[in-house]
Amino acid sequence: MEVDRPGNYIYPDIELDRAEGQVIEELKSSSQQVIPDPAEWLDEELNKNILLTTVDAVINWGRRSSLWTAICFPACCAFEFIAANGPRFDLSRFGMEILRASPRQADLMITAGTLTWKMAPNVRRIYNQMAEPKWVIAMGACAISGGIFRSSYSVVPGYNRIIPVDVYVPGCPPRPEALIHGVRMLQRKIAMRTNISLERLKK
Amino acid sequence: MTLAISGKDIARQLEERFPGSVVESRQDCVVVNAGSLQAVAAFVKDTPELKCDYLNYVTAVDYFQYFEVVYQCTSIKHNHSLVIRVRCHDRDNPVIPSVVGLWQGADFQEREIYDLVGIRFEGHPNMKRIFLWEGFDGYPLRKDYL
Repeated sequence: MEVDRPGNYIYPDIELDRAEGQVIEELKSSSQQVIPDPAEWLDEELNKNILLTTVDAVINWGRRSSLWTAICFPACCAFEFIAANGPRFDLSRFGMEILRASPRQADLMITAGTLTWKMAPNVRRIYNQMAEPKWVIAMGACAISGGIFRSSYSVVPGYNRIIPVDVYVPGCPPRPEALIHGVRMLQRKIAMRTNISLERLKK
Repeated sequence: MTLAISGKDIARQLEERFPGSVVESRQDCVVVNAGSLQAVAAFVKDTPELKCDYLNYVTAVDYFQYFEVVYQCTSIKHNHSLVIRVRCHDRDNPVIPSVVGLWQGADFQEREIYDLVGIRFEGHPNMKRIFLWEGFDGYPLRKDYL
């Protein structure tokens, strides 16, 4: 059997090595500069910004997922709220089955019922005792505007005379589904909240 | 069922006992004058045949010409009830003797009447507003209140 001569290879060995050397040289000559960081166009502030937005989202998620309600039920809408809290409508699906007798442990006030001027200072006091951040849902016609008792001498025409209201749930009384919808609306509102301001951080 | 005592029967007894105390007597009630109210109430409560020891309610009505304070009292023992009314013609400063000394349940109701109709009960231990706040202008359940 005849042995092939070296010249019969497509490339002689030395040619292969030379071609390899050329590739290396080309790469070396074209790699004298450091490749820039792809995220370098993000300046420092923008970098912070993205991080803080994420913190906001986490804080808002935590807040809206466990709204604790202060007990402030002056009248008959309270029964619809109790129904919403019970097993049939099951408000605890949205993380707020807990009612707090102490306003200091609550962050949501559902104003279920007619408010008289005699009761108004106490309601405002309960609101003031709640820790920040706090929200208010005006539940029912009486809480929104005084309802059928609006022209009465002793009824407050709407809770928004006393305390700031975030969400209004109409009805007389509202069905538990309507209240749950109002709570969901409030949760969407909380999700949009900005907790940390960039201006304050810059200082 | 609780028997409603005829106002005319009671009026006859009252006229014997306290002459001049009855103003008017009807089938459903007896109207007495304010001066003899406490004596009449004590008589109705303590007489063994009547023994109206339970006061159902006290309320007041505005008839424009006069106020009328209505007392309904019931005897638990005899199972009968009686309505006594007192009229008060003075619209600017209406005063009627209190029955808190006889029926303690009249306490808050007389305060409610004072609060909403403006009738003062003489002898009440704590005559002040109960539902509305101090400083409220007027008496809302009067017919001329707007």
